[in-house]
Amino acid sequence: MNTASEVAEDVLVECQSVWKIFGKNADTAMRAYKERGLSKKQILQDHGCVVGVSNVSLKVKRGEIYCIMGLSGSGKSTLIRMFNRLIDPTSGQILIKGKDLASLDKAALRETRARHIGMVFQSVALLPHRTVLENAAFGLEVRGISKAERHKVAGQALAKVGLSDWAQRYPDELSGGMQQRVGLARAITSDPEVILMDEPFSALDPLIRRQLQDEFRQLTKSLGKSAVFITHDLEEAIRIGDRIAIMKDGVIIQEGTAEDIVLKPADDYVAEFVAGISRLHLVKAHSIMSPAAAHPYLSPGLLPSAGPQADLDALINLMISSGGDALTVAEGGQVLGVITQQDLLRGVQGAPAAEHAAAQPEHAL
Amino acid sequence: MNPDITFSPGAWLAPSVDWLNANLHGLFALISRFIETVLGGIEGVLLAIPPYGMIALVAVAAFFLVNLRAAILAVVMLGFCLISGFWVASMQTISLVTVAVLISVTVAFPIGVAASRIKRLDAVLSPLLNVMQTVPPWVYLIPAVMVFSLGKVPAILATIIYGIPPMLRLTTLAFNQVPRDLLELGKAMGAPPRAILLKIELPTAMPTLLVGLNQCILLSLAMVVLAGLVGAGGLGAEVTRGLTRMEMGLGLRAGLAIVAVALLLDRLSRGALQGRRSRAAT
Repeated sequence: MNTASEVAEDVLVECQSVWKIFGKNADTAMRAYKERGLSKKQILQDHGCVVGVSNVSLKVKRGEIYCIMGLSGSGKSTLIRMFNRLIDPTSGQILIKGKDLASLDKAALRETRARHIGMVFQSVALLPHRTVLENAAFGLEVRGISKAERHKVAGQALAKVGLSDWAQRYPDELSGGMQQRVGLARAITSDPEVILMDEPFSALDPLIRRQLQDEFRQLTKSLGKSAVFITHDLEEAIRIGDRIAIMKDGVIIQEGTAEDIVLKPADDYVAEFVAGISRLHLVKAHSIMSPAAAHPYLSPGLLPSAGPQADLDALINLMISSGGDALTVAEGGQVLGVITQQDLLRGVQGAPAAEHAAAQPEHAL
Repeated sequence: MNPDITFSPGAWLAPSVDWLNANLHGLFALISRFIETVLGGIEGVLLAIPPYGMIALVAVAAFFLVNLRAAILAVVMLGFCLISGFWVASMQTISLVTVAVLISVTVAFPIGVAASRIKRLDAVLSPLLNVMQTVPPWVYLIPAVMVFSLGKVPAILATIIYGIPPMLRLTTLAFNQVPRDLLELGKAMGAPPRAILLKIELPTAMPTLLVGLNQCILLSLAMVVLAGLVGAGGLGAEVTRGLTRMEMGLGLRAGLAIVAVALLLDRLSRGALQGRRSRAAT
């Protein structure tokens, strides 16, 4: 692929102020909102409609894993189903590779679903009467691809998820984790650019879940796919996602990288989620360092140095092994700042960088 | 004790049947001839093969399609029909059931699928099916005989009407039971509606559909025997003869032959169902 088209196709999934209102009078309710700005409660009372997704805009870029995190009833499953039009939005546009999904006729929609958007379900949804291989090949089968060809491609996909030996078995002979791998293999067999993951690992036990999370991230990155990943588990979102959107009551209340969300939660709701998250691998040196000038008694040149992207875990190791009580943060020979033991402890504790950076100079004086 | 308002469907039913007889005679004759031809064909084939050959054939088929037990059962049951002296009558009964079930399924399956998709159709059909299943089966024989007179054709029509409700209900149930996420999967994969029906819905619904087929077969057999009253022939005729002549032995023999046919049809059709399940489980 040449660079020009890559730039043009950079955004694979784009949502423009998408709404989904459930109920008989959804359209009137939508109009009422637009004209009079009714609240959700009013919409429910006046029109008997439930707002599932409310004014969501987002962009998923090529090669990116975009996590949408929210509790049940937050509208995340509704939202992901609009990305392949299993659910039609009440208002707003969904663009896949720049094309408006609503403008597609039935055949074109099927084509888009078959070629460009894969989907993996929480319930796995394997066909019980088919072997693992036949299940993985299902997407190609409904596209009319010959048996030899589709079994070859499906076999390769199964090899990627480590299930080659199980190709001729039936789904009920597999464990939950293995079944979900088949679900993933089925999605990548069709070689889509975007994979929609609807809480795929939620029903698995914690150990298997972690393993699959890592495998999924690795596989998606090595194949160069994009993914929209739905989860109710912030830790999972942090492990997997390049960017995370937090949804509540149909609204995205914060969007950003794992570090953004953990260090700068947008409101109390997000802060509550973030509270239990370990910061060891999230918080980077540049966000906890203080300016070298604030520590006139330290000589940065003599201290062990770390890069600005080093995480807390690495910084702690470095400080302990050096035996000292301070580090420098340097990039390309230039000193960016200093990290003292206090900074490090504050970082682990999760106090916002700005707060204690501001407090630091006074303290030093 | 004589209420002013009475329910008397005969008052308008009888004239309408008369009207049908007078005006649609050609259509009925055509239906009659079609059923008789199909029935005659099947009966001819079943009777053309000598009894021992037939028993061997069914046993081999049962062995390969189901298992050894089914094959042994087939030999014993068909053997009983032969030694009790009702071979011809049994074959006639089996062909009557076959034709009736084929037509019942052909009618019930598409309507059942439609009812699972269109809730309003289901709501309309449901009370109708309740009535069809509760009305004593003899009652169906009356209009059938009025239109087609005595013989095999009214017997088959009454049997079809009796066999449709279980098949239709279980078809609707089978399709309603297909998990939503599998349908979602089909759509998300970009499968056309026909592929969703044939590759997802039908295979997933199959176990329940086979239960429906099994019910349809057994109820049809019961009705076909009853239809001996209107001259349907077969084992039903033997039972009727035993009843009218008060011959206990004849009636009992015929009754046991019916049990043998019922067991045979039940085990073979159910064997097809279990065969599928065990294949999926191994």
